[in-house]
Amino acid sequence: MPTLREATDKPKRMTGGHRMCAGCAAPVIVRQILYCTDAQLVLGNATGCLEVATSIYPYSAWNVSWIHCAFENAAATLSGVESAYRSLKKQGKIKKDFKFVCFGGDGGTYDIGFQSLSGMLERGHNVLYVCYDNGAYMNTGIQRSSATPRGADTTTSPVGNTLVGKQQARKDLTAIVAAHNIPYAAQASPSHYRDLMNKAQKALAVDGPAFLNVISSCPPGWHHEPELAMELTRKAVETRFWPLFEVENGNWRMTYKPRHPVDLEEWLRPQGRFRHLFHPENQALLEDVKSDVERNWQKILQRCGEA
Amino acid sequence: MAVAVALQKKVAMTGNEAVAQAMRQIEPDVVAAYPITPATDIVQYFSNFVANGQVKTEFVTTESEHSAMSACVGASAAGVRAMTATASNGLALMWEVLYIASGMRLPLVMTVVNRALSSPINIHCDHSDSMGARDAGWIQIYSENTQEAYDNVIQAIRIAQHPKVLLPVMVMLDGFIISHAMENLEILEDGDVKEFIGEYRPERYLLDADHPITIGALDLNDYYFEHKRQQVEGLLQARKVILEVAGDYQRVSGRSYGLFEAYRMEDAEAAIVVMSSTAGTVRTVVDAMRKEGHRIGLIKPRVFRPFPARDLAEVLRGVKAVAVMDRSESMSTAGGPLFTELRSAIYELEPRPLAADYIFGLGGRDIYPEDVCGIFQRLLAAKPGDICSDPMVTYLGVRE
Ligand SMILES: Cc1ncc(C[n+]2csc(CCOP(=O)(O)OP(=O)(O)O)c2C)c(N)n1
Repeated sequence: MPTLREATDKPKRMTGGHRMCAGCAAPVIVRQILYCTDAQLVLGNATGCLEVATSIYPYSAWNVSWIHCAFENAAATLSGVESAYRSLKKQGKIKKDFKFVCFGGDGGTYDIGFQSLSGMLERGHNVLYVCYDNGAYMNTGIQRSSATPRGADTTTSPVGNTLVGKQQARKDLTAIVAAHNIPYAAQASPSHYRDLMNKAQKALAVDGPAFLNVISSCPPGWHHEPELAMELTRKAVETRFWPLFEVENGNWRMTYKPRHPVDLEEWLRPQGRFRHLFHPENQALLEDVKSDVERNWQKILQRCGEA
Repeated sequence: MAVAVALQKKVAMTGNEAVAQAMRQIEPDVVAAYPITPATDIVQYFSNFVANGQVKTEFVTTESEHSAMSACVGASAAGVRAMTATASNGLALMWEVLYIASGMRLPLVMTVVNRALSSPINIHCDHSDSMGARDAGWIQIYSENTQEAYDNVIQAIRIAQHPKVLLPVMVMLDGFIISHAMENLEILEDGDVKEFIGEYRPERYLLDADHPITIGALDLNDYYFEHKRQQVEGLLQARKVILEVAGDYQRVSGRSYGLFEAYRMEDAEAAIVVMSSTAGTVRTVVDAMRKEGHRIGLIKPRVFRPFPARDLAEVLRGVKAVAVMDRSESMSTAGGPLFTELRSAIYELEPRPLAADYIFGLGGRDIYPEDVCGIFQRLLAAKPGDICSDPMVTYLGVRE
């Protein structure tokens, strides 16, 4: 694996000059993953921030082939691209080797694109699917998704007099994906870039589908200062909100364990979407949010045989 | 000059089998499909071709029609020939992606076995499914019988991939009536089909390692309109290309095709316009009533998109009264889709023929020669002003 320094000297598959927000981790995640291969690439993208902000006609931030079809069908679209490649290979009509990587936000992955993702995984297409999980539908103005943490303030789970933020816990998508028995699935964070790039490299090497669920910051959606992007994705890991693990051929393994776990409040406080949790009347809700995180951590420890 | 017609086999097949055979001969690089009555057979036959190594096609058994169409879009954008087949609710589920396929100018070919749309759920024939997709930017070709379904699927490949067109094509046949009925037809030799469709060489595609491309970009108010206008240009060019391809196909098969068939229209004073299998029934009635001395004819549109408005108006010049038979309801309360388009097409004729709409056969309701006879009798008895308003739309064979 190249060091980050070496990697940044490589030709850029995704250029600068796109219109993603300052402090959005999605382009960082894309770069870190694409640094991990020199293969020919075709990329897919579900509708969402990454897609709209990198492809405003007549400009494109993509130096490799890239396709956006719709919101819920990125996995199905790439299934078609990869099948076309397989067909041409079989017929001896294409010489070069290609890899296929698909990007989608949590909305396009956990929710509306869930079925098409499941289909792609079950059929065994040789595609790496990457979810950049910023915990809401950010492109359409911060609506809740099934990846939004309990209690978070979004425009469709607002903080009201009766209902305070999102009422439900997060969907455990990485585990659901792993249950498809694909060769590789993992959870990662751009803050822990060596870990992320290691995982990307493994994911790109397997024969069959692979999945990376990567936490991504969002200044307007999380209500945080742009310069806190890496700090907040790091704290998501250090507070155990976002455990780093991988599932390789069915074997669960914790790839990083915070030596001194940080109090979850340190991750929650800098984010405006959790501001209300610190009002005295929402004490119980804050406790629920904390116990969601603890329960999830214990479950993963168990799966990784560390409990 | 003698016409060279290739060797052909006479076979008995259902419409679905004929379509599947055409697909086997075309041997697309990718087929992505999902089962739905009455199109399921096509997918099943094709699965067998794949399982028995008769085709090199990558067959993608998706988890829905939405994904089937999406995978076809991906495959076609990647630079290969891609095909699928569906019906009814399956086509409805594809709706979003149909527009994406045509907007991306991808030469996909899809067979639609016409079936009523839910609800109420019904598996039998009407055209509400493909008529619901009429504005999706696809070329639409309707087939009367098994032979036409076979011939249209093969021609569709050439039409779609023509550089002046580059649009997806939908080929229709009537559910059960044609899809499941055994008919005699002639099929070409495999090699002749391969030669007719030629090698597929796209100009720009995702898997072109030396020329990466961005497909599906965000197109705002500064460019979207131009791109949509260019799409219309593809449809405008399609008229000529469809006729050229039909000419080439006739040289191979001996069978001739146009934008529509005009049957015994030379001196007709009344005409029925109807698509697909019902045209066969109407043709029989035309022959019978012609024997009694009535000057009547049939127009069977084959190409509904692009709509051959000018050409249709030309054959209807001089006709006194015309009835359109629509096998779908547009729910506009102002007539079915074929009627509204046809009436608009003949607006400028002098004198303007009277026009009436007959909506029939919804959900597979049978139509009888006597019904057709009744329509012709009304047309022949029509006096100026009669027909349009009184009533403009008739529901044929419905209990009211
Ligand atoms: C079928 C469909 N429904 C809704 C939308 C509107 N829409 C576009 S992007 C988006 C949200 C995207 O959220 P996510 O996948 O989380 O990505 P992000 O915007 O956060 O990058 C929505 C709801 C759409 N384009 N298509």
